[in-house]
Amino acid sequence: MATTPNHIIVIGGSSGSLPIIKEILDRLQKPFTCTIAIVVHRLRNVHSDLSKVFVQKKTFKLHEPEDKELIVRGNVYLAPANYHLLFEGKESFCLDYSEPIWYSRPSIDVTFSSAAHAFGKNTLAILLTGANADGAEGCHTVLKNGGTVLVQNPEESAFDAMPKAAIERNKNCIVCSVEEIIEKTQSFINKIP
Amino acid sequence: MAFAINMKIEPQPLNDEALQEIVTLIQTQHGYDFSNYAKASFTRRVERVMELAELKSVYDLKFQLTNNKQFFPFFLQNITVNVTEMFRDPAFYKELSEKVIPVLATYPYIKIWHAGCSTGEEVYSLSILLKEAGLLDRCKIYATDLNPLNLEKAKTGILSTKQMRDYTQNYLQAGGKSEFSNYYTARYDSVIIAKELRKNVVFSQHNLVTDGVFNEFQLICCRNVMIYFNRHLQNRAYDLFYNSLSHLGFLTIGAKESLLFSPIKQKFDAVSAASKIYRRID
Repeated sequence: MATTPNHIIVIGGSSGSLPIIKEILDRLQKPFTCTIAIVVHRLRNVHSDLSKVFVQKKTFKLHEPEDKELIVRGNVYLAPANYHLLFEGKESFCLDYSEPIWYSRPSIDVTFSSAAHAFGKNTLAILLTGANADGAEGCHTVLKNGGTVLVQNPEESAFDAMPKAAIERNKNCIVCSVEEIIEKTQSFINKIP
Repeated sequence: MAFAINMKIEPQPLNDEALQEIVTLIQTQHGYDFSNYAKASFTRRVERVMELAELKSVYDLKFQLTNNKQFFPFFLQNITVNVTEMFRDPAFYKELSEKVIPVLATYPYIKIWHAGCSTGEEVYSLSILLKEAGLLDRCKIYATDLNPLNLEKAKTGILSTKQMRDYTQNYLQAGGKSEFSNYYTARYDSVIIAKELRKNVVFSQHNLVTDGVFNEFQLICCRNVMIYFNRHLQNRAYDLFYNSLSHLGFLTIGAKESLLFSPIKQKFDAVSAASKIYRRID
């Protein structure tokens, strides 16, 4: 199996999204055969053990990539605090310390758009609950490049501003319950050769 | 809660070919070489400049770069990332105080290079720590950046009051020994950094892409600059730092930058792997 991935799953969320991301990761089949990159809004300049929160059962590995780190198929990555996470082609990550977007660094828009440019139609973007409009523009870029966008149903979201903004901006996104997100993500993974 | 989404007309996305043309144009007309910048972030910056200048096509951008003398300084100002803060990553500054500064204290005269200093916030942070260690009077800090406008701003030592509260927080977390407010004077919306913190700093233009060794240092700080370079250019910069360090000199890089991908890693020891503090051993 080639280690450079051809497909990517990007997950973005803010307020209320941590338990949902954890549930998605826990319930997808292991070992992962797809690369997953997670962006959540988080505090900067503080020590954080967020990466440990997601992997309590130790059935997979998750870490915050360093600049120019090679992307490995099957790994789960978490955008580091205080940096934007970009894809330098399909081969490696690239970090960026430019202005926050929607008061956020890492920004979901930045990572989603960059994934769309690098992976095109092989991109699956999942946008979850959150209290601002970050992600809407990124979802737009994913769709424009032929990728797929799943947005958590605002009625089931703890904070609906983020999914609502994305749905308003993008007519072609798929609005899903968490259950459906897991189902569709698994079937996306299963189709990867 | 509703948000107004900006439904602007999107500029055409930059393809590799267009980017290459822009890089070549800048190189021949203005003498700056961006060819080995990381593509993902550099493309974003160029798109941002186009958005700010309301340029709709690559042609318009090339036209401005070629024919409008005032445009290039604007381009340079916005293509480089000038975002910085005082005592960014407080844990790093704490490690620096505990592990590096006591060693620096053993030298009669200390030379420090802060490469990619942007508007100077991190330079003045370092000055404060050196001051608190009683070393500032025998230090010379060479602070360099490729952007002359940044250097102008850095030299003034004037910052906006807006972020001082965050900076105070960072200073305390970094283990600052005094009152942060002792180090500046505030008036209206601005603060000015105390003169004693500025007097041993020399600001000067230096481009890590094209310029070479200019002195020998006991400490080089270059944090969050190399993330904008591709690996090839990163290796050049690491070589340059290696050759600019005295034996057993220190090199510090950004929290998420890594020496591990460079062949030069064998010539360095990690003083603090978590805070990215290295020491030249060879």
